[in-house]
Amino acid sequence: MTAFTINGRAVDVAAEPDTPLLWVIREHLKLTGTKFGCGIALCGACTVHVDGEPARACQTQLQEVDGKTVTTIEGLAPNASHPLQKAWIAEQVPQCGYCQSGQIMQAAALLRNNPNPTREQIIEHMDGNICRCGTYVRIISAIQRAAREART
Amino acid sequence: MSKTLRLHTTALSRRSFLTSAGGMAVAVTLGGPPRDALSAAMAPVTAGNFRPNAWVTIAADGTVTIMSPASEMGQGIMTALPLLVAEDMDADWDKVRVVQAPSDAKTFGNPGFYGVQLTGGSESTRGYYDMLRLVGAQTRKIMLASAAGMLKVPASELATEPNRVVHRKSGRSLDYGAIAGSGKLPEPLPQATQADLKPIAQCRYIGNRNMTRVDVPAKVDGSAMFGIDVQLPNMLYGAVLRAPVQGERPEVIDERAAKSVTGITRIVPLPYGVGIIGETVEATRRAKELLKVTWSSSSRSRNYTSDRLLEQYRSIGRNLAQTGVDAVADGDAAKAIAGAAKVISVDYMSDHVHHATMEPMNATALVTGDAVEVWAPTQGPTGTQRFAAAAAGTTPDKVKVNTTLMGGGFGRRAEDDFIIDAVSLAKAVEGRPVKVIWSREDDVQHGKYRPLEAQHVQVGLDADGNIVGWRHRIVADSIFARTMPGLFEKQKGHDDVVTEGAHFNYAVPAHLIEYIRQDSGRDVGFWFAVGVGYTRFAIECVVDEVAAANGADPLAFRLELLKGQPRARRVIETVRRMADWDREREGRALGVAYSDAFGSHCAQIAEVSLDRQSGEIRVHTVWCAVDPGIAVQPRNVEAMMIAGIISGASHALFEQINIVNGEVQETNFDTYRVMRMSEAPDIRVTVIPTPGTPIGGVGQVGLPPIGPAIANAVARLTGGVRLRHYPFLPERVKAALNA
Repeated sequence: MTAFTINGRAVDVAAEPDTPLLWVIREHLKLTGTKFGCGIALCGACTVHVDGEPARACQTQLQEVDGKTVTTIEGLAPNASHPLQKAWIAEQVPQCGYCQSGQIMQAAALLRNNPNPTREQIIEHMDGNICRCGTYVRIISAIQRAAREART
Repeated sequence: MSKTLRLHTTALSRRSFLTSAGGMAVAVTLGGPPRDALSAAMAPVTAGNFRPNAWVTIAADGTVTIMSPASEMGQGIMTALPLLVAEDMDADWDKVRVVQAPSDAKTFGNPGFYGVQLTGGSESTRGYYDMLRLVGAQTRKIMLASAAGMLKVPASELATEPNRVVHRKSGRSLDYGAIAGSGKLPEPLPQATQADLKPIAQCRYIGNRNMTRVDVPAKVDGSAMFGIDVQLPNMLYGAVLRAPVQGERPEVIDERAAKSVTGITRIVPLPYGVGIIGETVEATRRAKELLKVTWSSSSRSRNYTSDRLLEQYRSIGRNLAQTGVDAVADGDAAKAIAGAAKVISVDYMSDHVHHATMEPMNATALVTGDAVEVWAPTQGPTGTQRFAAAAAGTTPDKVKVNTTLMGGGFGRRAEDDFIIDAVSLAKAVEGRPVKVIWSREDDVQHGKYRPLEAQHVQVGLDADGNIVGWRHRIVADSIFARTMPGLFEKQKGHDDVVTEGAHFNYAVPAHLIEYIRQDSGRDVGFWFAVGVGYTRFAIECVVDEVAAANGADPLAFRLELLKGQPRARRVIETVRRMADWDREREGRALGVAYSDAFGSHCAQIAEVSLDRQSGEIRVHTVWCAVDPGIAVQPRNVEAMMIAGIISGASHALFEQINIVNGEVQETNFDTYRVMRMSEAPDIRVTVIPTPGTPIGGVGQVGLPPIGPAIANAVARLTGGVRLRHYPFLPERVKAALNA
C-alpha cells in the first residue's frame, strides 16, 4: 500500500510500487482528467503537481509519491475557478481538449513561480506540452490573460 | 409523463434531399421532467441509459435538449449542429443542453454524406445544415400551434422570442416549458419549409461571434469524457500485441511469462496479434512486454519499403505510357502540351504521414449473448456497428455505440481496428466490459497513414506565357479500395479522396487529371484534408513556378487565373492586404497559396526565413482569409483555420513515417516529430462570409494552402530553389540549395 494525498484527500493505493502514477490516478482513483499521451514524458498530457511542482505522471512511479501531495486538474481550484481555467474559457482555447489538462497544470506551475512571464518565458516553459490541434496561440493568450487578471 | 410523437417529414420541402437520406423522422417529446442525462451540458456517455429517438426534447422547466448527431473531435460540431436547430426553433441558448446522439443512422445519419453517421470530409455542417434548420423551424411551429390552443388565439397572431411564444395583442406569453408541461401536441402537426427559415441577417446564433462552444468548460476542469476515460463496473483492461508487419499472424505464442504477471486473466490469440486481458491496465502493459510470439513471415507487406516505393511511383508518374483512370478530362491537355511553346514538367512527392491524435486509439466493449455495447471515440458509429457486429458474430442492429468525445480524429478514428480489438477481447470474457488502450508506440506503428504519393505535373504555355494545358498525374495506393470497396468498384477504380483537390477553379483551357493506382500491400487511410493536402501542394507550387517562368507576381498571377470569381479573388486580395504583400522583409520572404477545396475559399500567406547552414525553415507569421459561404460559428472557423495551419505546417516541415521491409521505423514523439509551441507561427485569420451562397466546409479548409505557401516563400527567399518533397527536412532543403 502506498499512501499519499491527492486533491486534498488521503488515499491508500494497492498497486505495485513501480506502477506509473498516471495509471494509479486514472484507473485506480478514477480521476480521468489527467491524460495518457505518450508514456515517455514527451507530450505533457499527464502533467500533475507533486508537492507543488509539475511532474509527468507517466514517468513518476507510485512509490515516488509516498507521503506526498498530488494535485490533478480536478483539484487545481474549487469549481474550476483558477484564473487559468477562466482564461482558458474566455479565450476559447480547447479544441479536442485532450491535452488541455496537462497544459493548464503546466501553466499553473509557471504562474505560481513567475506571476508575470514574458511571451518567451511562456513558450520556454510550455514547449514540452504538445497540442495536436494547434491551440498554441490561444494558450499563450490565455496565460497572458490570467497573469493580467491576477494582477488587477 | 411525456409523450413522444414521431412525424415523418417527407412533406418538408426539398423532398429529394430528404429522400436521399433514406427518410427522416423528427420526434418531438413534450413534457416530463428532465432526465438525469440532461442535467449536464454533455451527457456522460457512461450513463448509457438515455436513448431518445428525437432531435429535440423540451422539459417543463424550459430546458431544451438537442441531439448532436456527429462526432466531436475538436472541430466544434457538437455546438454547430444543435445551434442550427436552436436558431430556427427560437430556443434560448442558455437553456439548451446538448446530448450526443445514439448510433441510429436512420434518424441521425448525415443526409449529405451517404446517410450514415460518419464525421469526415468537412461534410457535417454542410450535410446537416438544411435538415437541422428545418427541424428547428418545425419545432417552432409546433410550439406556436400548441400555444394557440392554450391561449385560444389564432396561431397567426403569435410570435416567438427565445424560449417563449408571445401574443402581443393581449400582452400574454407562454414559456416553452409551460407549453411542454401542458403536453398537448397540435393535430395535424405543422410542417416546415425553406420559407419558414430565418433569413441569415435575422439569425441570433448563426454567424454570432459571441457564441462559445458547449464543450469548452468540461475541457478545462478534467470532466470531459473521452473514450479512454470510460469507467464501467466490473471492467477489465485489454492490450494487444500486434504483428510487427501488417498481414502477419501469430504462429507460436509463449505466454508463460506474460501470464505470470499478477492480474492477468486471459491471453487471446487474434488473427493479427495477441490480446491480453487483465484486472489492471498496468498488468496488461507489463504482460505485453513479456509475451513471446513467433510471427508468420509470409505477408507481402514485407516488400514494402517506403523510400524505394516512392522512387518507383515517381518513375511511373513520369512514364506517360503508363495510364490509369482519368479523374478529369476537360479538353485535350496532352495535345495542347505537345504543341506548347514551353512546358513545365515537375514531380511533387510526399512521404507517409501519421495522425498522432493526442488520445491514443482505444475502445471499450461489452458482449452479452448476441448484444454488443461499445463506448468509443469513433468518427463513424455506423461503421463501428458493422465492424463490432462482425467481430462478435452478431448483426449491426444488435450493436449499440456510445460515441464519446475524441482526443483528435483527423480521419484515424474513421477506422475500426481499435473497435475490433475491444469487441474481440470482450467476446472472450462475455458479461464483463473490456477497455483496450493502445500504447503510443502501437498508435504510431500501426497507423493508417496518408498514402505515399508521387505526382507528375505538366503545364504547357504558349509563346505569351498563357497556360494552354494542365496535366496532373497522381500515383498512389487507394484508400477507397479498402475502406469503401463497393464504391471503388462502382466508380471503376476512381478514388475521389486520393485525387481530391486536383480539380481546381483556375481557368485553364485543357485539364487532365489521371490516377495511376498502386497496390503495394499496406493499408493507407484518411488524414487531415486527405488528398487535398498533397494535390494542392503540387498545384499551388506549380502555379508559382509558372508565374516565375513568366516573370509575374505569383499573387497577381492567381488573380488573373481567377477572373470572374469574386469570392476567390476576395480572399486573395484580403490576405494581400493583411500581409502587406508588396513590402520587402529583411532576411525573410512571403509565399502565397490558395484553395477552393471543400466548397470554401481560403488564401494564405506565410512569412518564412531559412537557416542555410542547417537547412531549417522557420515560419514566422501566417495570414489567412477564408470564405465558407456561411460561417455558423465565426470564432470557431478561425480556430479551425489555425488548426489546419499548424497541422499543415507541421506535416510540411517535420512529419514522416518510414517503412522498411514492412516495419515502421518511428515509435513515439521522439521520432515522429510534430510542431511544438516554440515552432508555431503567429496566425491571423479573417473570416469573410458571403451571404446568399451555399455553406462550405470548414474542418479541413485551413490545411492545404500552408505547405505550398511555405515552399513558395522559400523559393522567393532563395532565388527560385524549389522544395517538391514533403516534408521539407533540413537535409532535403540543403540538397535543394546545393543542387
